[in-house]
Amino acid sequence: MSKSIIRVEALHKSYVNGKNSLHVLKGLDMNIQEGELVSIMGSSGSGKSTLLNVLGILDNYDAGSYHLDGIHITRMNETKAARYRNQYIGFVFQSFNLISFKNAVENVALPLYYQGVSRKKRNDLALEYLGRMGLRDWAHHLPSELSGGQKQRLAIARALISKPKMILADEPTGALDSQTSREVMDLLKEVNQTGIAMIIVTHENEIAAQTRRIIRLRDGIIESDEENAAFQHESSAAFLS
Amino acid sequence: MLDYLEEILSTLKQNKLRAIMTGFSVAWGIFMLIILLGSGKGLQNGMEFNLRNIAQNAIQIWPGRTSLEHEGLTKGRRVQFTNEDVELLQREVSGIEDLTGRLYLWSEVPITYKSEYSNYTVTCITPAFYRIRRQNLIKGRFINENDQRESRKVLVLSQSIVDNLFKDEDPIGQYVKLGGIHFKVIGVSASPTDKDAKDALIPLSTGQRVFNGSHNVSNLAMTTAYQTVEANKQVENSVREFLAKRHRFLSEDQEALYVWNTMDSVKQSQGAFNGLRIFIWVVGIMTIVAGIVGVSNIMIILVKERTKELGIRKALGASPWSVVQLVLSESLFITALAGFVGMLLGMGVLHGATLILSKVYEGNPMIRNVFYNPSADFGVALSAAIVLVVAGLLAGFIPARKAASIKPIEALHDE
Ligand SMILES: Nc1ncnc2c1ncn2[C@@H]1O[C@H](COP(=O)(O)OP(=O)(O)OP(=O)(O)O)[C@@H](O)[C@H]1O
Ligand SMILES: [Mg+2]
Repeated sequence: MSKSIIRVEALHKSYVNGKNSLHVLKGLDMNIQEGELVSIMGSSGSGKSTLLNVLGILDNYDAGSYHLDGIHITRMNETKAARYRNQYIGFVFQSFNLISFKNAVENVALPLYYQGVSRKKRNDLALEYLGRMGLRDWAHHLPSELSGGQKQRLAIARALISKPKMILADEPTGALDSQTSREVMDLLKEVNQTGIAMIIVTHENEIAAQTRRIIRLRDGIIESDEENAAFQHESSAAFLS
Repeated sequence: MLDYLEEILSTLKQNKLRAIMTGFSVAWGIFMLIILLGSGKGLQNGMEFNLRNIAQNAIQIWPGRTSLEHEGLTKGRRVQFTNEDVELLQREVSGIEDLTGRLYLWSEVPITYKSEYSNYTVTCITPAFYRIRRQNLIKGRFINENDQRESRKVLVLSQSIVDNLFKDEDPIGQYVKLGGIHFKVIGVSASPTDKDAKDALIPLSTGQRVFNGSHNVSNLAMTTAYQTVEANKQVENSVREFLAKRHRFLSEDQEALYVWNTMDSVKQSQGAFNGLRIFIWVVGIMTIVAGIVGVSNIMIILVKERTKELGIRKALGASPWSVVQLVLSESLFITALAGFVGMLLGMGVLHGATLILSKVYEGNPMIRNVFYNPSADFGVALSAAIVLVVAGLLAGFIPARKAASIKPIEALHDE
């Protein structure tokens, strides 16, 4: 009996801009279990990023409820939100969002800095995670010296280092060519197999096809939410352990 | 802690040139403050140096001519002090501690030793004189009560006179001829402010008996029992009224007596120096404020440029407070470091000035009375340090608030 990591009920969210108000999320219900591999699809402007921001406690919602690992997430002060993000959630973005003047190790270790982990320990851990992502040799390079795929692997290492319960990835392969996309996807699936829930926003059917469950958004409501019949259980666990 | 410092440094390194440029304005402000305060101190030290040869609560009175008619007496009368004035003042007016009459012998008296001779001013005093005008005793002793009581023919000479007359000989116990009469040298003295001063002092009673034949004194010098301006003024007024009654002139008559009340003038110039110091602080603080505004501006721009980075930090778990701390520490770091450099430079310049001035004094000792030992003491450095810390925090305040209000979603927005 698995436990739910995300439970969303009748979620509403509007962007208010002066007098204009844009209703983006119009009553979403969804339930994602620990360790699931889910993709969210939908046309541009359907509210995918908005939903991901709410799930990542980067933004507030207006009505309904959101439980993260059983904790009711309501309007909270930023300090608390920052702590929950740090403890529960890893982020992977389309544009990587690495800090340009910090080298690979420092970028990966940053979440641990905010946990108060000692310098030596977090650098050791960062090196270990870089190793897992095949970036050990690039540990002391700046992000600008890395390729797109390497940058995204670096971002994944950074998302993993605080041992989150889930990873939210907003179009993680959006800026990559198909070959690198495939590598990054393989990596994300491997991470998922260690028991970390993975939620991937994507436009690409190829990517969605590799996830166990696909949620389709349309105009702020869930159009469909179903198991992916074509899902293949690829065996790549050997690479990870 | 080291960690924290490195976090600050890594971002500052990104903007090295800009950090240095803004740091410069703060350094300049502190530099100016230190230099100004040091110079003010130098002026004050000069004045205080000037007063090292007199008790702070001294009152000196010179007689003049009346300028107002009084009790049927015409104006223009000369006032003449005598021993009686000294005795009566001592007895009748309260608040006087030490009192001496001073008698100057004719302006220049030849003093002869063996074949050497020169003309000097000879002053006749009582032992109380040494408690009013300060002298350093170099050799022998000062004039004492016995000398005064017995009208001994003894003499205390300034070092510079001794240098002239005796060359390398020991003057103590030697006899010199003063206006044709033999006097025994009992001491060698020096003025604390002017090593070239040429004073020849003999007992008042001796001077009156041998050279003058009367009981006249040229002027009066006294110290009071008090340390406040008010109390000293009070004594001055009592003395003035007493003398007015005795010599029959109006106590309002400004020309009958010339009074120099040391405490009064010291306090007045101290007031002026306090005013100067406040002015210096105001100017210095304003310069520093300009520096603060500069640092603050740069920090705001930096924060703006770093919106994305700060947003990433927040998404990864940085609390608003930690971001505030980051920005505040950076601005504190810039101001503190720059300020410290400015402070060191300022102190260095003052130190150099002191060294150069000490050379100048050798050629022209009078400069010491105007400007002496300019320095910023520990208190000034401490105040400057406090100003710096406050300045750094102030400079970081607005940018830090801007940084704290950055929303991660907006910062991370893909463009
Ligand atoms: N901060 C904002 N303020 C106002 N409106 C916003 C804001 N962010 C998004 N929107 C609007 O909300 C709607 C949904 O945006 P969202 O970014 O969630 O779409 P999306 O599904 O991620 O689209 P895409 O596939 O292009 O990334 C859009 O119409 C967008 O213009
Ligand atoms: Mg989007």
